[in-house]
Amino acid sequence: MKPSQLSAPPATGRPALEVEGLCVDLHTPSGTVRAVDGVGFSVRRGHTLALLGESGCGKSMTALSVVGLLDPMAEVTDGSVRVSGTDVLTLGRAGRRKLAGPVLSIVFQDALAALNPVQPVGRQLAEPFRIHRGLSRRRAEEEAVELMRRVGIPEPRLRARSYPHQFSGGMRQRLLIAMAVALDPDVLIADEPTTALDVTVQAQIMRLLRDLQTERNMALVLITHDLAVVAQRADDVVVMYGGNVVETGPVAEVFARPRHPYTKGLLDSVPEHAVRGRPLPAVPGSPPELSAIPSGCVFQARCPMAREVCVRERPRQVSVGAGRTAACHFSEELDHA
Amino acid sequence: MTDLASRPTDAVTPSRTRPPRWWLLLGRDRGAAVAAVVLALVFLVAVFGRLFIGDRAVRQDLGASLRPPSLDQGFYGLLGTDVLGRSVLARLVDAAGTTLSVAVPAVLCSLLIGSALGMWAGYHGGVRENVAMRVADVILSFPSLLIAVVVLYVFAPSALNIVLILAVARIPVYLRTARAESAELRSRLFVDAARTFGTPSRHIIVRHILPIALPTLLTVATLDFCFVMLTESSLSFLGIGIQPPDVSWGLMVAQGRQYLQTAWWIAVLPGVAIVLTTVSATVLAAWVRLATDPAQRWRLTLPRKRRGDRAAVPPEMIA
Amino acid sequence: MPETPLPDATAADPRGGAPATARPLLDVSGVTKSFGHGRRRLTALDGVDVTLRRGETLGLVGESGCGKSTLARVVLGLERPDSGTVRFDGTDPFALKGKELLAWRRRVQMVFQDPFASLNARMSAADLIGEPWRTHRDIVPTARDRERRVRELLSLVGLRESDAYRYPNEFSGGQRQRIGIARALALGPDLIVCDEPVSALDLSVQAQVLNVLSELRERLGVSYVFISHDLSVVRYISDRVTVMYLGKVIEHGRTEDVFDRPLHPYTAALMSAAPALDVSGASNGEEIRLRGEIPSPFDIPSGCRFRTRCWKSEERCAEHAPPAVTRDGTADTGQEPHQGLCHFPLGAGTTEAGVRPRVG
Repeated sequence: MKPSQLSAPPATGRPALEVEGLCVDLHTPSGTVRAVDGVGFSVRRGHTLALLGESGCGKSMTALSVVGLLDPMAEVTDGSVRVSGTDVLTLGRAGRRKLAGPVLSIVFQDALAALNPVQPVGRQLAEPFRIHRGLSRRRAEEEAVELMRRVGIPEPRLRARSYPHQFSGGMRQRLLIAMAVALDPDVLIADEPTTALDVTVQAQIMRLLRDLQTERNMALVLITHDLAVVAQRADDVVVMYGGNVVETGPVAEVFARPRHPYTKGLLDSVPEHAVRGRPLPAVPGSPPELSAIPSGCVFQARCPMAREVCVRERPRQVSVGAGRTAACHFSEELDHA
Repeated sequence: MTDLASRPTDAVTPSRTRPPRWWLLLGRDRGAAVAAVVLALVFLVAVFGRLFIGDRAVRQDLGASLRPPSLDQGFYGLLGTDVLGRSVLARLVDAAGTTLSVAVPAVLCSLLIGSALGMWAGYHGGVRENVAMRVADVILSFPSLLIAVVVLYVFAPSALNIVLILAVARIPVYLRTARAESAELRSRLFVDAARTFGTPSRHIIVRHILPIALPTLLTVATLDFCFVMLTESSLSFLGIGIQPPDVSWGLMVAQGRQYLQTAWWIAVLPGVAIVLTTVSATVLAAWVRLATDPAQRWRLTLPRKRRGDRAAVPPEMIA
Repeated sequence: MPETPLPDATAADPRGGAPATARPLLDVSGVTKSFGHGRRRLTALDGVDVTLRRGETLGLVGESGCGKSTLARVVLGLERPDSGTVRFDGTDPFALKGKELLAWRRRVQMVFQDPFASLNARMSAADLIGEPWRTHRDIVPTARDRERRVRELLSLVGLRESDAYRYPNEFSGGQRQRIGIARALALGPDLIVCDEPVSALDLSVQAQVLNVLSELRERLGVSYVFISHDLSVVRYISDRVTVMYLGKVIEHGRTEDVFDRPLHPYTAALMSAAPALDVSGASNGEEIRLRGEIPSPFDIPSGCRFRTRCWKSEERCAEHAPPAVTRDGTADTGQEPHQGLCHFPLGAGTTEAGVRPRVG
């Protein structure tokens, strides 16, 4: 069960993660393009927020700028990121390092690339304990084994001596999650954590993430392109398109009554409820290249409702109900549709 | 290979490329353009140079022996004279023809035979691959200079024999490179796709493997060009290569070596010619490599300075 | 080898209510394929039976290592089975040579999963689409015809004619996949094997490509073998579904039958694991939790190969290979029977069949 459905979210305390007006520029050989344009959201502990969007929409770039792992050719040009009250963008390297682990942590998609191939996993898992808690090697490796048991790796004491390539994809993802939650972070970011996995294993991993989140009362930011994962696992959703946020709100409401034509188009194009033999309501065209984001509404080229004002003026995010925003000139019309 | 020739619009040549014309791309890249001009000049001189110099390359004038390069001695005195008073400029021009007529056929022969065998072996794998590779190993296991010496002693040291011996000695280099590329490409999806059309394997090799392996092979060939010129000069130095009064750049370096301290120009200038030619060939090969790859071609349209930047991401790929 | 004249490629039945014709378009029977030797022997296919009628779409579902891609390669003639038979319209493609083999090649084509790796980056869209004609020269003999056909194919898959001279890197993933589809259509095939054709694409683009595929089925009467791990996509596009696990077909039947009343616990678990879009929370019913992960194909469990993860498994499952069971009322209606391999099939009303599940 999702926590938000059990009780109305209490509005007390500061959010564990607050992002405001985040802008990221990408310096490419052919000029500078804006990859993330004024993105903002916040998550409280115990809650799950999904950053939803297609490839190139800027969702991963947003996550990477939060944890300070941006590519050197990308640069945060504006906005603020506060984790448990600390503005991380103004921190230096040392300050960031102190946060990485006990406060803020990330799980990557490609577990094989994220693990050191020439070190036994037990030692890699022990690393955070040695660095942040100053434990002895022996104690730290004890902790690592305990952690492996917690994330469901069978025979952890034996497996701690194995190398990453000796684990299956699902087990590697478990290891990565173990490493991320080792120091009980306040905020856990999961960047497409299950994309490379088989369906039955995906379900196991998502369940593990959810259990850990409840157990340790973390704020979870789930970055994904999978609508169903968002529907099943998230409380709130931020829909991104072409580097911009187009819609935000509680998942149940956004998915039931989308207020942005892009969200609606995405939901409609899922074949889940489609009737065989009848064409799927597809969104025409393809996502824009970052070098060719139009000056008006980012979605204008593919939007069935686009009018003259959409070309002229970029719609601002406006409130469209309790806890919901949408960036569309005509979100009212969608409501009645 | 007939297949390739019969259809000039094949993917091997970028001539089908509608938007970027290759000479426009070449113009954008100053280094490559200079290299192309240098190479063109060398070839023109090699082919037509002898028509202009007459017998000046062999005409002796002991009174004018070992003159340094200067502007006062007329056109043929520009680069000085050698110990017999022959014009170095005229000899350079004459040697260009000899050098290229040995190096170019030798490189082309080994490139053609080695690549064809290598791609064939790599694509089919199994026994064919094993046999081809063992043959290459056998050739490589003999010191090529030694074979050359033996063969050229037994047979007459003619230009044709030098070409043949150099070509055979260098075949394994191309064979190995082509085999490696082709064995890797064999498992690519677009090769599978071609197989589902029923495309015969020789066509798959020509259409899908050759165009991708070719730039690498060309780069190897330009490096080898240098190697072949130097080997030829070693042979000439041993007296079994180019026979005087014929002259090659390598032979000039060899002959001028003993005067290095008194008359540097005799040995250094032909050396410079060798370096200029090979460097130009290498630069041009690197350019061809980019220009024939549609996914990389955009780099050539950028101002030269920024190309080396760390941002090696094509604009449409930014995620 | 009986001589089989090639029927007109367009003579396919219209999709849907077509009665089962005497001869299926594709009949794969008892196909086994393994790779490697000794202890490193990997059994990719183990006695696989699949049939496909003209104009139908067969969905092939399973997780990694289930053998669906190897099956696709066998159907395409890229991989020769160790045992078992493949019949395409009554002909064994592995017995063909020369001209006959070339003629058969026209009839079976493939759309690949990865629209980046399956297109040679050095060829323009026109060259890519026209590539099959270089081998099959009689289809479009002149350059003029060729250009016209390329334009037709481009518009058929929803690309612009001006796209003909652009290169793969200038297209988005969805557009590249359209080029791949156009290329598969160039020879006018009867059967197209689609190996995860939309899984590399963005969701909003995925729907476009699925629409292109269904439209082509309507207009050209092609049949598809549609491989996917995405159940909602398979359910949308397929008439019939075959579920594979570790190299074996463990369940097959009409799409509705398999999805609405799965026989095999694995099928049920797959459906339960795939998250539903429904936000109400209770849509999935009971969540089935599978133990562990797929066993290594180098070391397949005895008896029922799913038993190591199955919540219903008992001793019997380890000792005996599971029998074929048929859902009552699906075998005698002239429709596709709904069958599975299980000691303890789900749902009431199943009969053990004496033979392995066979269709057609």
